[in-house]
Amino acid sequence: MKLPHPRGPLSDAVITLVSSSPDAQTRIDEVARDAVDASTDLATDDDVQLALYVMNELAYRGFDGVDDDWEWDPELLRARRIVETAFEDALRRVVQVPSDVPPERSEVAAALFAMTAPAPGPSVARYVAKRATREQLDEFLVLRSIYQLKEADPHTWAIPRLTGGPKAALVEIQADEYGGGDPERMHCELFARTMRGAGLDADYGAYVERIPAITLAALNLMSLFGLHRRLRGATAGHLAAFEMTSSLPNRLYGDGFRRHGFDEGTTLYFDEHVEADAVHEQIAGRDLAGALAQQEPELCHDILFGAAACLYLDDLAGEHTLSAWTAGGSALRAIA
Amino acid sequence: MTGTRPTTIVACPDGPILVRGDAQIVDEDGKPVERRRATVALCRCGASAIKPYCDGTHKAIGFSAP
Repeated sequence: MKLPHPRGPLSDAVITLVSSSPDAQTRIDEVARDAVDASTDLATDDDVQLALYVMNELAYRGFDGVDDDWEWDPELLRARRIVETAFEDALRRVVQVPSDVPPERSEVAAALFAMTAPAPGPSVARYVAKRATREQLDEFLVLRSIYQLKEADPHTWAIPRLTGGPKAALVEIQADEYGGGDPERMHCELFARTMRGAGLDADYGAYVERIPAITLAALNLMSLFGLHRRLRGATAGHLAAFEMTSSLPNRLYGDGFRRHGFDEGTTLYFDEHVEADAVHEQIAGRDLAGALAQQEPELCHDILFGAAACLYLDDLAGEHTLSAWTAGGSALRAIA
Repeated sequence: MTGTRPTTIVACPDGPILVRGDAQIVDEDGKPVERRRATVALCRCGASAIKPYCDGTHKAIGFSAP
C-alpha cells in the first residue's frame, strides 16, 4: 500500500523518516514525546493514531517504496514505544476492568460473557439493518476495511507466545479465520468480495486517508497487544470480546445489505461470521482466555483488560459513526 | 495425520453444543447438513435462525441450560 498523507507533526515526522534510507540517523523521539504530551485524547488524535498505524504497519505488509529495515530501526522503535506507552497508560486509566474474577477457566469465561452481554438501544448494527442508506453501507465497509482486510492477523502474533491448551484453542480459531486451508474462504478474502460487490476498492489500505482516528485506534490496540509478548493475555481477552460481540451484529449487517438487494456472494462475509463466531466465542471464552488465566494466573487482569479495552474503543467508534449518520453527515474523515 | 483423535461433544454452559471431529451432521430425514468448518456449534436453545447451527441467539433470549 501507499504511505498515507500526514495528519500532524508526528505522523509527518514518521512518514518523512520512513521515506528516507534506514541509516538516516534522524531522531524523532522528541517529536513523539511532544505529540503525546500535547494530546488531549490519544484515542481520537488523528496525528498520533496515524503515526502509530504507520509504525505498526511496518510489521505487517509495509508500504510501497519503504525499506523493510525500518521495522526494526532503533530510532523508530524508540518513538513507537513513547506512543504505545502513552496509549496503553491512558487506556488503563479509563477502562473499567472487573476486579473480583478468580483466575479459573469457567469464572473468567463467565466474566467475559457478562461483559459482552447483548445490550438494548441504538447500535451501528441495528442502524445498518433498518435505516442505513446505500452510501452509509459503503461508509460502513470502508471503515471496517482497515482491519477486515487483514482480519485475524493481529491476534495471530500471540500463537508462539502461548503453550498447551490456550495455544491449541487460538490455532483452532485462527485456522477457521484463515478459511481452514481454503484461500477463497479466508475471512479477509470474503470481506474483499463484499467490498467488490458494493463497487468499492478492495486493495489493502486503499481507504486509509478516509479512516478517522478512533477507527485507527481500535486497530492500533490489537497491534499493541499482538506485538508485545507481555500483553499476550490482553490479546486473548481482546479476541474473546471481539468474537462474543460478533454473531448477532453480523446477522443485522447482512440484513442491511439484503435490504438493499445485495446477492448472497456479497452478504456471505456476514453470514459466515454469524455461524463462525458463534463457535469461536465458545472456544475463545473457555479454551483460550479462561484456560490461559488458569495456566498463567498473573495474566488474569490483562485478559479482562484486553476485553474491556476492546469494548471501550469499539463503543467509541460506534458512537462516532452513529452520531455522524444520525446528523446526516459522513462517518469518514474528510479529505481536501 | 491420521484420525486418532476421537470425536468430542461439549455442552457449553447456557450455550450451544460444540462438535469436534468426524461426526456427520444429518437432518431428520438422514440427509447430510452442509458442514463448513472443523468445529461446529449446534443450537441448544431452539431459537437459532440457522439451525442446526448456533447463531448466538441464546445470549439475546437469556437461555439457561437445563
